[in-house]
Amino acid sequence: MAKVHVTTSINGEPMEFLCEPSDTMLDALRGPLALTGSKEGCASGDCGACSITVDDRLVCSCLMLAVESEGHEIRTIEGLAQGEKLHPLQQKFLEMAALQCGICTSGMLVASDALLKKNPDPSEEEVRFWLAGNLCRCTGYDKIVRAVMETAAEMRAQ
Amino acid sequence: MNLVTNNKWIGQRTIRPDGMDKVTGRAQFAADTTMPGQIWGKVLRSPHPHARIRSIDTSKAEKLPGVKAVVTSKDIVDFPIEKGAVMLGIQDMRWMCRNVMARDKALFPGHPVAAVAATTEAIAAEACKLIEVDYEVLPWAIEIDDALKSDAPILHEFNKFDGKPSNIVGRLEHKKGDIEQGFKKADIVIERTFTTRPVHQGYIEPHACLISVAPDGKTTIWSSSQGQFMVRAMTAYLTGIPQSDIRAIPAEIGGGFGGKTIVYLEPLATLLAKKSGRPVKMVMTREEVMRATGPTSGSKSTVKIGATKDGRIVAAHGTFYLQAGAFPGSPIRGAAGCSLTPYDIPNLLSEGYDVCSNRSKVAAYRAPGAPIGAYAVECVLDEVAEALKMDPLDFRLKNAAKEGTKAAHGPVFPRIGYIETVEAAKASPHYAAPLGDGHGKLRGRGTASGFWFNAGGESSAQVNITEDGNVVVTTGHPDIGGSRAGIANICAELLGIDYRRVSVIIGDTQTVGFSNLTGGSRVLFASAMVVTQSTEKIIQTLRERAAKIWEIDPEAVKWENGAAHPVSPNAGQFEPLTLEELAEKAPAMGGPIGAGVQLNTQGADGGFGTHVCDVEIDVDLGIARVIRYTAVQDVGRAIHPGYVEGQLQGGVAQGIGWALNEEYIYTKEGKVDNPGFLDYRMPVCSDLPMIDCIMVEIPNPKHPQGVKGVGEVPLVPVMAAVANAIYNALGKRFYALPMSPPKVLEKLEGPMQQAAE
Repeated sequence: MAKVHVTTSINGEPMEFLCEPSDTMLDALRGPLALTGSKEGCASGDCGACSITVDDRLVCSCLMLAVESEGHEIRTIEGLAQGEKLHPLQQKFLEMAALQCGICTSGMLVASDALLKKNPDPSEEEVRFWLAGNLCRCTGYDKIVRAVMETAAEMRAQ
Repeated sequence: MNLVTNNKWIGQRTIRPDGMDKVTGRAQFAADTTMPGQIWGKVLRSPHPHARIRSIDTSKAEKLPGVKAVVTSKDIVDFPIEKGAVMLGIQDMRWMCRNVMARDKALFPGHPVAAVAATTEAIAAEACKLIEVDYEVLPWAIEIDDALKSDAPILHEFNKFDGKPSNIVGRLEHKKGDIEQGFKKADIVIERTFTTRPVHQGYIEPHACLISVAPDGKTTIWSSSQGQFMVRAMTAYLTGIPQSDIRAIPAEIGGGFGGKTIVYLEPLATLLAKKSGRPVKMVMTREEVMRATGPTSGSKSTVKIGATKDGRIVAAHGTFYLQAGAFPGSPIRGAAGCSLTPYDIPNLLSEGYDVCSNRSKVAAYRAPGAPIGAYAVECVLDEVAEALKMDPLDFRLKNAAKEGTKAAHGPVFPRIGYIETVEAAKASPHYAAPLGDGHGKLRGRGTASGFWFNAGGESSAQVNITEDGNVVVTTGHPDIGGSRAGIANICAELLGIDYRRVSVIIGDTQTVGFSNLTGGSRVLFASAMVVTQSTEKIIQTLRERAAKIWEIDPEAVKWENGAAHPVSPNAGQFEPLTLEELAEKAPAMGGPIGAGVQLNTQGADGGFGTHVCDVEIDVDLGIARVIRYTAVQDVGRAIHPGYVEGQLQGGVAQGIGWALNEEYIYTKEGKVDNPGFLDYRMPVCSDLPMIDCIMVEIPNPKHPQGVKGVGEVPLVPVMAAVANAIYNALGKRFYALPMSPPKVLEKLEGPMQQAAE
């Protein structure tokens, strides 16, 4: 089967790669693009560990074909920090122990960032429902929700 | 007791040493690793719950272009049943060799039958379909009652119980006093039978490994597990490669909760790599994880408790049947040994039965067995308290185990903190708060307690001072929930330096001494001991070095705030020598500064917790929702409170899932019908409230920092606390888990509906 050539933008950088027509975006990220920050927990869109944004829309990269990224703007966990400067969410997750094993953390951060872009002042309920697509088995979500709420408050104050 | 006081780092919410990698996506989990020349392995699994394997023909698969190797049970070292147990930790290699690859019989749907390595995952999967297996399908039993019937299909014909072939493969009992006499003294006796369903550990990271075997047999394993030494040993036993030739490198682990304390893929990938001459990567799908790994047991328990009118428990009898799955080894010790342990009961019999059935072999799950036992015991205790018209926490206080109480499983308790957890729960703002208006929904509150043994065991550490005067600590335990942060806090505290100067590394099997599994809530307890002793050796060296420079006696040098000082002006007037200065002078003053310690650690005290839970029930939909939760636990000493709370909150969340939704559902063909996250419904963020924690700190006197294990206790009381809360809301009690919406609705039908009409 011939591979498909895809031209896209990943974390602000122009990018080209080859993939099988049936490859998911997650396959492409973790394979030819070597961006393993997005994790595969289920391959069925239920755990959110592979969350990315496509043109600022939150997507499970396991549910999207790699060829669909043609011409679009992809953002992954690797693009969240600006060089040495962490995103406020990353900083707050560290300070508030909002991660334990860390396998869901990439997806949680990408999803939380997408939420705060859409709604800088979410209620606890809104955070919980927004993150309902991101499974975490370690934390009981308490510290994650608190970290997102507190980051939102700090970002609003700035 | 030599507790550090006036701590600068112990008890602080420091940023974990591995945190930056984990929030930026850099951390390397097992499936993130690749190697030049790597090929992919896939497993062919049995579609049948029980079948004799007459023959396997792999010839067509081997001829498929791209296929590099095929392995079957013939390639795996056999441990014959009749030669007796070959134990590695708590695992018997006779079962392990049959669990990683079916031998003679397939015992559950998903049981590996063959494995293939090919240049791509797709070719490997295609090749699996070309393997021809001739099965003789046999009758099967999945549920305990079916497995115990007199005409039940027997999984292991060699096994006898009461002289007859049986699926009961083990029994234990704990006894104290005389229960018959005890029950005679009781004014009230309540006996109930409970069932629970198997639930999966549900770690988000599927099992994965990458393995390279050089032509001389030198083997390198990158894998996700709760113990690289366990991976090395089991792989060596099952492949015949000496342990000294296997280097097992621990990848970051994406959750385990006990489920990653055994191997599934590593022996297969090693054999495929050996045969093919290529590095082999294997990653399970979520469906494979659900069908063929874990879970913990389903169960059937009967608990009988007798008490006198004044609220004293005089006798208790617990019988716990636990499903082992395909091979012996269900956690009857946790169920029978933990569930009655919070109480001082003079007459007691606690029995556990290990029952095989045609499901995947169970693996440890957070305080294995204890939550199952506690669910039954703590529900009956509530009923007894109600019959006695006593507050459930007062009833527990009246019967609480304390220092000097002899537990049924043997030990006489030292100073323990159980009573303090009950008192703290009682005094909590939660317990005092009114339940509030449910706006048409029914609300209720429940409490329950729990105990877990905790463990010590083998642990090794190496602490080295770098040339620039910083510190590298290497231990042998995968960091599953923040243990590196606790170790950094302790080492920095002892050395009197900033914790950011301490780097904590998880060593591989060939670079650090033997360290047992990350399990049993043992890691910070044990690693803190070996890190403390290693650091103390280093401090001794540093004092000797300063003494040599100052030309005084080492006894006249003290270590304080990261520097050597003269103990008093009498010892001489010298400017302090800092760690950096002593490191710089090291080459001229005796060489590198480092120390390692290996111990079989002892003195892990058991852990106790008491929980308070509020639920709200939507009577139209049957949905029970936990709306407030407080977990109280004696944590010994919270070295890093943030991650201790995280353990409590995470355990509670798992328990709420177990109580309300999670279960394995089977098709009529005996296969798991919900092998994915969509249908195996673990709690998501919007299902849960914030989870309040109250950490009681009664330091463990046998530990340098007072540490007690904390990771497992938080799951133990949860299902009972939720069940007791639901009873409080509905006035009806559930004797089976999960209390999922259809089952709640079933309960509501009848009297509740009549009342509404």
